[in-house]
Amino acid sequence: MIPELGHFALILALVLSLVQAVVPLVGAQRNSAALMAVGRPAAQGQFFFILFSYVCLTWAFIQSDFSVQLAASNSHSETPLMYKITGVWGNHEGSLLLWAMSLSLWTVAVTVFSRHLPDAFLARVLGVLGLVSAGFISFTLVTSNPFERLLPGVAEGRDLNPLLQDPGMIIHPPLLYMGYVGFSVAFAFAIAALLSGRLDAAWARWSRPWTTVAWVFLTAGIAVGSGWAYYELGWGGWWFWDPVENASFMPWLLGTALMHSLAVTEKRGAFRSWTVLLAIGAFSLSLLGTFLVRSGVITSVHAFATDPKRGLYILALLVIVIGASLLLYAARANKLMGGGSFSLVSRETSLLANNVLLTVASASVLLGTLYPLFLDALNLGKISVGPPYFEAVFVPLMTPVVVLMMFGPFLRWKDDDLLAEVRRVAPIFVASVAIGVGSAWAVDHLTWRTALGLSLAAWVVLASLRLLARRLGERAGASAGSRLRSITASWWGMWLAHLGIGIFIIGVTMVGSLDRHLDVKMKEGQHAELAGYTFVFRGVVDADGPNYDAARGNIELVRDGRVLGMLDPEKRLYRAQGMPMTEAALDIGVFRDVYVSLGEQLEDGSWIVSLYYKPFISWIWVGCVLMGLGGIFAAADRRYRRLAARDAAAAVDGRVGAAA
Amino acid sequence: MKAKFLVPLLLFFGLAGFLAFGLTLNPREVPSPLIDKPAPNFRLARLDQPDKTFALEEMRGQVWLLNVWASWCVACRQEHPLLVRMAEQKLVPVVGLNYKEVRGDGAISVRGMALEAETAMAVERGQRWLKDHGDPYLLSVMDIDGRIGIDFGVYGVPETFLIDREGRIRYKHIGPITPESLQTQILPKVEELRRAG
Repeated sequence: MIPELGHFALILALVLSLVQAVVPLVGAQRNSAALMAVGRPAAQGQFFFILFSYVCLTWAFIQSDFSVQLAASNSHSETPLMYKITGVWGNHEGSLLLWAMSLSLWTVAVTVFSRHLPDAFLARVLGVLGLVSAGFISFTLVTSNPFERLLPGVAEGRDLNPLLQDPGMIIHPPLLYMGYVGFSVAFAFAIAALLSGRLDAAWARWSRPWTTVAWVFLTAGIAVGSGWAYYELGWGGWWFWDPVENASFMPWLLGTALMHSLAVTEKRGAFRSWTVLLAIGAFSLSLLGTFLVRSGVITSVHAFATDPKRGLYILALLVIVIGASLLLYAARANKLMGGGSFSLVSRETSLLANNVLLTVASASVLLGTLYPLFLDALNLGKISVGPPYFEAVFVPLMTPVVVLMMFGPFLRWKDDDLLAEVRRVAPIFVASVAIGVGSAWAVDHLTWRTALGLSLAAWVVLASLRLLARRLGERAGASAGSRLRSITASWWGMWLAHLGIGIFIIGVTMVGSLDRHLDVKMKEGQHAELAGYTFVFRGVVDADGPNYDAARGNIELVRDGRVLGMLDPEKRLYRAQGMPMTEAALDIGVFRDVYVSLGEQLEDGSWIVSLYYKPFISWIWVGCVLMGLGGIFAAADRRYRRLAARDAAAAVDGRVGAAA
Repeated sequence: MKAKFLVPLLLFFGLAGFLAFGLTLNPREVPSPLIDKPAPNFRLARLDQPDKTFALEEMRGQVWLLNVWASWCVACRQEHPLLVRMAEQKLVPVVGLNYKEVRGDGAISVRGMALEAETAMAVERGQRWLKDHGDPYLLSVMDIDGRIGIDFGVYGVPETFLIDREGRIRYKHIGPITPESLQTQILPKVEELRRAG
């Protein structure tokens, strides 16, 4: 009964999303306040019904109702409660429902936080979001009904894929989806602006916090996913350029460009056409990512199901949404020309250059991801594109991005004196290269890649410090406290996020250059050496969990005769799927992780053990945390709230004026 | 409308065209390296008479299907009625490979269980399941520890292999057989192989 209620609620949500799509758009066109006012309650009602539907599905998982096909295939009576709940989205149908729910949540957030927007604009935004939502809910209902019954039911379920039974999986998909789907708000704002023909600084200012918050979610989602891959897959890697990882990385790159482009549009009125295109592009890549993951066009460890009907439906959705928006763009773009002029040497130019580079980077990831498909379609054979391609493309594209990223903030808007600025930052630049090459030499790994990576990192850190010093020095005479307070939250956001990239580069470079790996055969009492550490094998004990059997190794980590601790990697066999899993054990440190995973047991009773030494790997995630914090600071800037209050007052005045 | 603003739209349509074409391709079709290669040989105990064995060569000269199943497999239940109907119509001989009958089942732990005990349990469970649901197989053999499954590259149950007269794998079907896949894929291939001599 409950699954049927959930199904019914989802159908009601579809009806409401259609109402939300059509009525406010018509209202905005006819300037009818009554019709426009429908958008808000329709969006909130839609969220209520999707949430209800989602709770019903979760209930079927918690209750182990194996007459529901999805629960039978992805849950098990012995699965821990937490993974029963997360199992809801560990599959195609459930993750689509999560997608629809995130979209609806974003829409409700727009209805709550955008009271200051002009009615017609808000109506159009809600209409566009309603259209997208209707597309996804109908996709779910028509091709991937999560409430499908399995009659007669089965006594026991097949359990959630053990790879997904991990704390990282509890938060990774919701964060990622909130990020992906969050770009729909920036998209809806752009389309609403194109429809109304009003693309000005106010539009950019309204879009900015939404874009930034979505970007923060996406950053966090990607970082958590990469952390999960690092400790759960047991291969010691943190990024694999898998098509599904790329699907989230492409919108991230374009979203980063969009954030910066919006800043220019807001401050200087420039790049309007480009900003709109980026807003459409970032969301289009989110949709494309969904298509790639859901249609089975690309084989990947993440892809859930191959069903041509689903692929066709979502492709049609893609063509309608993206095609229509690009057509609208083509029709209206010539109205977007102009804006503040700027000279070749200005902050605008540096931002534009970086935006172009980020867009090219995003396109090259897209190319690498789809290249096997292109070749296959042209009958040129089957290939796969691996990390060497992406690394070869990425390093040259990102190097100028990082250099410009720190140079840009030194430049003034509109026009600056190149020579004077270059003279000012040249010592920092030279020092950075010296530090980079010097430290590469000091760690005894003087390759051009290590030297380049460390130089870039030094450049980011030194230039960040210089930038802060300069900012503090602007108000000479004021007290240090008041100087610090005078810096806006959005400036701190920019500073932190950029610094985060520097920290991230240190992690990537060090782990890429200096990690050590050793596979050894060990018996109780034997030891192995790696990177100055001694690993003493103290044997294996049974350690069964609720839904798996496990063998747990005990390995003593010793350095310079001192025992640092015990590492307990596990080899688990999940009973329902008979699937073996490795649980790596980590000794996490500021400057290095020691990482151990347990392999197979051999005939003679010894075990294969993989030992890894990963210098500076946590810096990768610390960098991501700083970027995310930067985004939070930027979005929380008081300016948005102050100006929102002004807009609200203006809107009220407008209404009063119209009434009079 | 200026022509240059149409560029993104045209690029997108080009991409969509490729994606549409991509949907007609199946990236999973090629990966089985065993297609057109001799099927890995095996000699395993029969489920109906565990004291007797059966080897792959015994099917030489026939076009037949090897269907991987287990009583714990939910999706096998879905395809089973179809297999029974195929057997009634004597469309093509099907040999069952009962895959990890006991240790594949999540409800049972085989830790500390002797292989003999596990085999006896597998026989009991397998035979009962075929009695309850109908036995469409020429015979079934037991892959207790899943080793033959590894040789065949089985990564999910059910899977079905089409094997020709010379004992070569000619087609692999992943997941439950549906009436559609039977009509459009499997039976035409069986016919083709039979005609080929």
